[in-house]
Amino acid sequence: MFGLVPASIAAAGSPRAAAALLALGAPSLAHLSLIDLAVIAIYFVMVIWIGFYLKSKANTSEEFFMAGREMTAWIAGLSFVSANLGSLELMGWAGSAYQYGILAAHWYWVGAIPAMLFLGMVMMPFYYVCKTHSVPGYLKLRYGQGASTVAALSFAFMTVLMSGVNMFAMAEVMKIVLGWDLNFSIIVSSLAVAAYVALGGLRSAIFNEVLQFMLIWGGALLVPILGLVEAGGWSGFKAQLARNIAKGVTANGDYTHMWRSMGHFADNPMGIHWTGIVFGLGFAISFGYWTTDFLVVQRVLAANSLRSARMAPVIGSFFKMAVPLIVILPGLLGLVVLQNPDGTLMHLVGENVVAANPGAGMHSYNEVLPLMMVRYLGPGLLGLGITALIAGFMSGMAGNVSAFTAIFTYDIYQPLIVKNARDEHYVLVGRIVTVVGVVISIGAAYLVMNAAGIMDYVQALFSFFISPLLGVVLMGMFWKRATKAGGFWGLLIGTLTSIGLWAWVHFYPAALRYVALSPDAKAMAEDMYRALWSVITAILVTFVVSLFGAARPVAELNGLVYGATKLPEEEPVPFYKNEYFWMILAIVCFLALNIYFW
Amino acid sequence: MHDSGISIWFFIGVILTVYGAMIFGYGVYELVIGQTANVILANLHAPVWWGGLMFALGVFYSLRFRPGRNG
Repeated sequence: MFGLVPASIAAAGSPRAAAALLALGAPSLAHLSLIDLAVIAIYFVMVIWIGFYLKSKANTSEEFFMAGREMTAWIAGLSFVSANLGSLELMGWAGSAYQYGILAAHWYWVGAIPAMLFLGMVMMPFYYVCKTHSVPGYLKLRYGQGASTVAALSFAFMTVLMSGVNMFAMAEVMKIVLGWDLNFSIIVSSLAVAAYVALGGLRSAIFNEVLQFMLIWGGALLVPILGLVEAGGWSGFKAQLARNIAKGVTANGDYTHMWRSMGHFADNPMGIHWTGIVFGLGFAISFGYWTTDFLVVQRVLAANSLRSARMAPVIGSFFKMAVPLIVILPGLLGLVVLQNPDGTLMHLVGENVVAANPGAGMHSYNEVLPLMMVRYLGPGLLGLGITALIAGFMSGMAGNVSAFTAIFTYDIYQPLIVKNARDEHYVLVGRIVTVVGVVISIGAAYLVMNAAGIMDYVQALFSFFISPLLGVVLMGMFWKRATKAGGFWGLLIGTLTSIGLWAWVHFYPAALRYVALSPDAKAMAEDMYRALWSVITAILVTFVVSLFGAARPVAELNGLVYGATKLPEEEPVPFYKNEYFWMILAIVCFLALNIYFW
Repeated sequence: MHDSGISIWFFIGVILTVYGAMIFGYGVYELVIGQTANVILANLHAPVWWGGLMFALGVFYSLRFRPGRNG
């Protein structure tokens, strides 16, 4: 059920859903016309053109790995959001909205906006001023090589693995939606990604992410617009939904409010308490992903100035707040507009139900977005919608590969294998590693294809590292006394705590009541509380171990730690170019949305 | 970005222009032959106005950020 994975992980996609879809063997949902195929083909031509064009601008390591640090705030901001806007996420969260209502929007609002603003306004100056090229790079400057290597190895391993899992999952979706062959989807998309990232480096990946962002809006925005027209607007939708619930044709529940049913685990279908949403999702998971996952932070590090680096996440936050319009709203509208061929209301079900009833013509929750597309989009527009899904997948993969390339070259190859080579050497290594990363991803895709059970564990594996890393980075950035040993042991024991809690619940399900604080809690609540406990553990261990060691002189911490860093003064600008103005506006919008849908 | 060559917004302008022209053209074709695709709300002729909007936006971006113009 990829719609249910936390936002921090959902970027990586939906392994379990893909496996379930694989089992269906249902006929394809959509049939493309010639103009649709032309739209898709033009997209591939465009990305390869961009790759070749940018090859001449990726000659130095700074250009290849950091896009020359020339990105404007808008480009870095759109790329920052786009790296988290994969096609599987779009489909998964639309399915969650159909199943659970607007609760799914928590992953876009409280599960993203505070963390994005915190990154931009509080953490970005340290990442940017110390001129690090990566998050492990920051750990090296702050804590030394040990913590950096642990973070780099785990990130590199997980990135290519997730890239492969995504590749397989997306190929599965293409098979179900369009009837395309698995091998065709995997090979064609991989070759395209390998070509444009190996040619143009991070700049090429960023360009394509911005392109993808525009295509997603162009291809998907029409669906909720036409859906609202058909439903009679938002009030018409709510009235129709209420009638369906009263008639018993739609499951009872509050589909249009976000916080009212969060008072107890048993009061909402997600089995979550508001403390889990606020502290687990809103802090541990969200801050871990948006502030320390190099996949997204890399985009902001490529900004052309400190002000742009701070503005990028703020700009991104506005678009992130708007994404539910093209993801959550279509899922909700599907509750009242989707119909069977005989005119009765269509009921989407879980993958297990679909799998248990082959040939019954059932569709799963996760198919709601393609079903809505097919409902409203004719030739040309449907091709645009499908192109948006393909573009989302490819840019997500390019993001993984470009982040893997930078981490491997800067944080593994350079410090541990070849230390003092010429700049051209590292660029060449970067290009080769890009291709190798894609090849490993393909291998991982075929591995999970033949052992689908692995995929269930990959999501958990990824979550083991992110939250403890947040604890260690926060301690290093805001506490001058944190030591090298504190950082290393904090990261290690925080990670082991996360693994231990996961194993405890996995082998002894009754432990859920302890990990997630209630016997009524469900799997998602477990993810949130596990992340919270691992952050707290990492912070406590870093704190305690640091107390027993000698702190580094304050002079060595310039550019790394709050209170020991003199930030460069920014030139005064009109209020509409000031990052604080936009941050306040973002906070107002965020609060207004939560209050309106309370 | 503009100093270092073609802006990303130019690429976006080009693809929006091409897509807009294709979708708008198809929408006009539907109008002319008087037969629409078998989709809900086909009577709203979404390809015409959505394609037209994309085309207009694409042309604007292509011109505004065309190579050689310091934007």
